[in-house]
Amino acid sequence: MSKVRVLVGTKKGAFILTADGKRKSWKINGPHFAGWEIYHVKGSPANPDHIYASQSSGWFGQIIQKSIDGGKTWNPPGSRPEDLVGPGGFPKGESNKFVYEGEAGTHKWYDGTQHPWEFKRIWHLEPSLTDPETVYAGAEDAAIFKTVDGGKTWKEMPGLRKAKGNLWQPGAGGMAVHTILLDPKNQKRIYVAISAGGCFRTDDGGKTWKPITKGLKSNFELPDPDAEVGHCVHRITLHPSKPDVLFMQKHWDVMRTDNAGDKWTEVSGDLPTDFGFPIDVNFNEPETIYVVPITSDSLHYPPDGKLRVYRSRTGGGEWQALTKGLPQKNCFVNVLRDAMAVDQLDKCGVYFGTTGGQVYGSADGGNSWMAIAEHLPPVYSVEVQTLK
Amino acid sequence: MIRVVLPFHLRNLARIEGEIELDVPGPVTIKSVVDALEAKYPVLNGTIRDHGTLKRRAFVRFFVCKEDWSLEPPETPLPEAVIQGEEPFLVVGAMAGG
Repeated sequence: MSKVRVLVGTKKGAFILTADGKRKSWKINGPHFAGWEIYHVKGSPANPDHIYASQSSGWFGQIIQKSIDGGKTWNPPGSRPEDLVGPGGFPKGESNKFVYEGEAGTHKWYDGTQHPWEFKRIWHLEPSLTDPETVYAGAEDAAIFKTVDGGKTWKEMPGLRKAKGNLWQPGAGGMAVHTILLDPKNQKRIYVAISAGGCFRTDDGGKTWKPITKGLKSNFELPDPDAEVGHCVHRITLHPSKPDVLFMQKHWDVMRTDNAGDKWTEVSGDLPTDFGFPIDVNFNEPETIYVVPITSDSLHYPPDGKLRVYRSRTGGGEWQALTKGLPQKNCFVNVLRDAMAVDQLDKCGVYFGTTGGQVYGSADGGNSWMAIAEHLPPVYSVEVQTLK
Repeated sequence: MIRVVLPFHLRNLARIEGEIELDVPGPVTIKSVVDALEAKYPVLNGTIRDHGTLKRRAFVRFFVCKEDWSLEPPETPLPEAVIQGEEPFLVVGAMAGG
């Protein structure tokens, strides 16, 4: 029977929730890395026992952790005794070494001056679809790094910051590569999204990147609403069967593209508000998408204190509120951008975590929900592994 | 032997319980102690001082003989009491405040 493993990153550690294919009864394991901020935990599609975690702290910086047994045990990659000392006798311990390539250069600062790039943390880890040792990492300040040795060493793909990086300017939440999408039908194509930077695509495996923002409008965030870079893209997603179709939750506006980002159109339709953070696609229905509307950029909680997921079965435009099992009064949590995921079972499971420490799951495509974990620290990220 | 005390999270990361004892060759300075610490526990690279620049991370402090040595130059020799193992070299996570 299939099994589902939900990987939860929180402000104070990581948790692993497991259930069988019925998804009714859940076991909670954790906290792993207690007391550390866990921005993201994600398993390798090529080998689900290989799981990577981004562990960070304002005091002690960035750590990368890896499990090769499905989350039972963890080690910083390269920390086995035989890995520790390099040929010259010097210690390695470089799994947390994220150094920008060459001259780091500058980006736009809050006061309009140019400011040097400074590494702060890894927001997102995207394992390769085919190789468990290859992983892409999205960094703050915005950059993409890659490992091909299971996280022991990381190297920047500097072409991204050449896509007008000097014009990127952090927002109040920083400036990070928070989403990385790998095209399952074209290994050379990768998409990234950057808060207050925009959306970018490479078609040559990461050597060169271009902004893909035509059609986005940021009337209140940018002096030029149609600017090529600077849009505050909160999240992008795609369905593996139709990788040229992307969906986006922007700061305001829900958008879609049918041509790999060359042109976006708004599909906010009849949503009560089109501000929000996560967006995801039903695994079995490529035109069924989910968002969690949030009141506004000034009020980061659901409208009217009602936690509602909205589902569109038409790829946007027409939306239906999903409320069964979700709190419909006095609910003032947020759902962060990396905190929604779907499983791959016949009746698609949908999961999301809140800043109030609940993880909700639906085993029927969103028709009904239950809290599968409660009273956790604020949830930063949710990922799902469907184990056959 | 130089005695070193790490904060809770770094002890967990390095899988250490209690104090560490380090053999520090040559002059015993802040830098040579941290060098020896990182050599013995490479997982601590980048957590106390930045990769590359080797500058102390902003919210890590060094306490020595009841004094804050965080702002001392890294090559400053440590007191005899630390060299003799009578006092530990403390690596401390700065107070969060609030």
